Amino acid sequence: MLKRADTAPATAPADANASREAALSASIGADSSAARGTGRRVRRVGAVLAGAVVVLFIARVVLGSPVVYLDQLAQILAGETVPGLSFIVLEHRLPAASVGAMAGAALGLSGTVFQTLLRNPLASPDVIGVGYGAATAAVTGMLAFGLAGPLLSAVAFAGGLVVALFVYFMADSGKHTGGRFILIGIGVAAMLQAVLNYLLTRTDVRAAGDALHWLVGSLSSSTWERAGTILLSLVVLVPLTALAVSKLKILELGDDAASGLGLDVRRTRAALVVLGVALSACTIAVTGPIAFVAFLAGPLARLLAGRTNFACSAFVGAALVLAADFAGANLFGDISLPAGVITGALGAPFLLWLLVRSNKQGMGG
Amino acid sequence: MTETLRSRDAGPRPAVPASGRTAPPKRVDVSRAVVVGLVLAAGVVVLAGLSLAVGARATSLPVVWDALVDFDPANTDHVVIHTRIPRTVTGIVVGAALALAGAAMQGITRNPLADPGILGLNAGAALAVVLGIHLFGIGTVTGYIWFAFAGAAFSAVVIYLVASLGREGATPVKLALAGAALAAGLMSVMHAILLMDQAALDGFRFWQVGVLGARSLSDVATLLPFFAAGALLVFASTRLFNALALGDDAATGLGVRVGRGRITAGLGVVLLAGGGTALAGPIAFLGLVIPHAIRLLTGADYRSLMPLSVLAGPVLLLGADVLGRIILPPSEVQVGVMTAVIGAPVFIWLIRTRKQVTL
Repeated sequence: MLKRADTAPATAPADANASREAALSASIGADSSAARGTGRRVRRVGAVLAGAVVVLFIARVVLGSPVVYLDQLAQILAGETVPGLSFIVLEHRLPAASVGAMAGAALGLSGTVFQTLLRNPLASPDVIGVGYGAATAAVTGMLAFGLAGPLLSAVAFAGGLVVALFVYFMADSGKHTGGRFILIGIGVAAMLQAVLNYLLTRTDVRAAGDALHWLVGSLSSSTWERAGTILLSLVVLVPLTALAVSKLKILELGDDAASGLGLDVRRTRAALVVLGVALSACTIAVTGPIAFVAFLAGPLARLLAGRTNFACSAFVGAALVLAADFAGANLFGDISLPAGVITGALGAPFLLWLLVRSNKQGMGG
Repeated sequence: MTETLRSRDAGPRPAVPASGRTAPPKRVDVSRAVVVGLVLAAGVVVLAGLSLAVGARATSLPVVWDALVDFDPANTDHVVIHTRIPRTVTGIVVGAALALAGAAMQGITRNPLADPGILGLNAGAALAVVLGIHLFGIGTVTGYIWFAFAGAAFSAVVIYLVASLGREGATPVKLALAGAALAAGLMSVMHAILLMDQAALDGFRFWQVGVLGARSLSDVATLLPFFAAGALLVFASTRLFNALALGDDAATGLGVRVGRGRITAGLGVVLLAGGGTALAGPIAFLGLVIPHAIRLLTGADYRSLMPLSVLAGPVLLLGADVLGRIILPPSEVQVGVMTAVIGAPVFIWLIRTRKQVTL
């Protein structure tokens, strides 16, 4: 029962987003059969990705030690108590998988918003300091004021937003986009990292270990309460993002054309930045910054679907986090590594590869 | 591309006219450089004195002088001052090494935003040191140093290869992004190790903020040959840097062996930055800020830029260290945090003064 209550919302907003996307692409780009062809491809890829998310979700819940057989899972979900398994499934694996799927989807959306807005596949909240802003605020709250729960989420969101707006205004992003935004973001991130390191030296080693565990990005401390926090944020943010994304398509025509069509360019950009920050900050507050998911989801989805698609990005993000968490929990014997370590270690080579590839095309950062 | 790079380079340097792209670097204004050099040298002396005097137990400069010339073991002030000597010497050596490394990196990459911290060299050295602590239980500087060198060299090679492939060469954004990406990936691996090994975390968290006080004079002495070799390699490349500022093609035309020169100078940078990181932990932004400040004062010619950077680095590092001791009493803010907090605004200002950063 709990499972049904949870998995449905985890994928439903993205589904709604997908149909809205499809309707949108039909209304804007339906001038040729080629466009309809890519539309079909996007839908097909989207369906496959959604299937992959479901499979990974179930795998995360049943596999591991101990293994839960599907009939046992059905019993547990039907409300029966299976000794030794019920607690693990209901209080540990299900919340972790739910949080992972939702956090991944939110990060994927957030990254794609920034990448499309700044017209650069390399611009993601990881790179431009938003993650560090949220993390610094949250660690300060944790270590200095002992915050936890929703208040911690609010603090992380505020931190991410302050940094994003600071970078945005320092880069004059109403007028310029792209390179300057990224560079200033990297500078701010480097400074915040020093502040974070400083905070880690101000406590005893156990608290520092806890803070580090959170800083790496992990699903292991997920609870239903935290899943609820993310779900609530997504219910608010996903429809708003879908609305803003339709404006993003007009923005892509160029600033002059967009103003000509009656769009307030500066305000639209600012709204998109706030939404992008909110999407990543609401997950960072719960799981810690899971490295590179926001960065990877967009380009991977684009690789698969042939063009930028927000629903596909969300699915890829969810699949990445679930897969990384699964790998970290099960592939290293007795050692359980947090999801963020896996995504970070694998994401960096991919980013470098992307840099090399965009170099060869002569359009890279 | 060369053109945009040049004109951007010329942005914050009033001494080089933007239109002077094909002109040779302006002659060094020798008297001006000497004056700046003397002022900076005086600054190093004064700040070294302050670094010995200021702290949890504050003393005055005359007492410092007494302690140095006429040491009295029974005088507590004198003893305290003597315990601050290694820290001050470390500050001078590391500040000079990192500033020189930064200037040389900017010369090699012809990139105004190059810095050992931004480009991930520090992260490479840090990961290697963590591996050393975790796998081999290493706890001494002589042990750290080889790991730090290897890590810094690895990062340097990766970053430069990634960023320089393709026809545009290493633009500021590409280099910075490649550095940020590499640093993030290396940090993830590092965090994985630290999460499993609490003892390593306890040692490492104090190293990674960048501190000057943790080393003895013999540690500094161990590393001096490496710094000397690095400085020699870098100073020998002065002509290369000045030629490269005109662009790779022009430099080749001037008879400079560009490829081999970059490798030699790069080796020098790795020795300087890796050694500095092994001594004091990763200190960001110092190598970025100092050369730019010097350019503003005396122009972009590397013949004056590099010696003056060597003097200015210790001024900033000792200043940041002294400031960190008095800003949040009774505790100390580590020098790496201070340089980052001072350096980031300068970095942002540098980006903002450029008319346009191409993608």
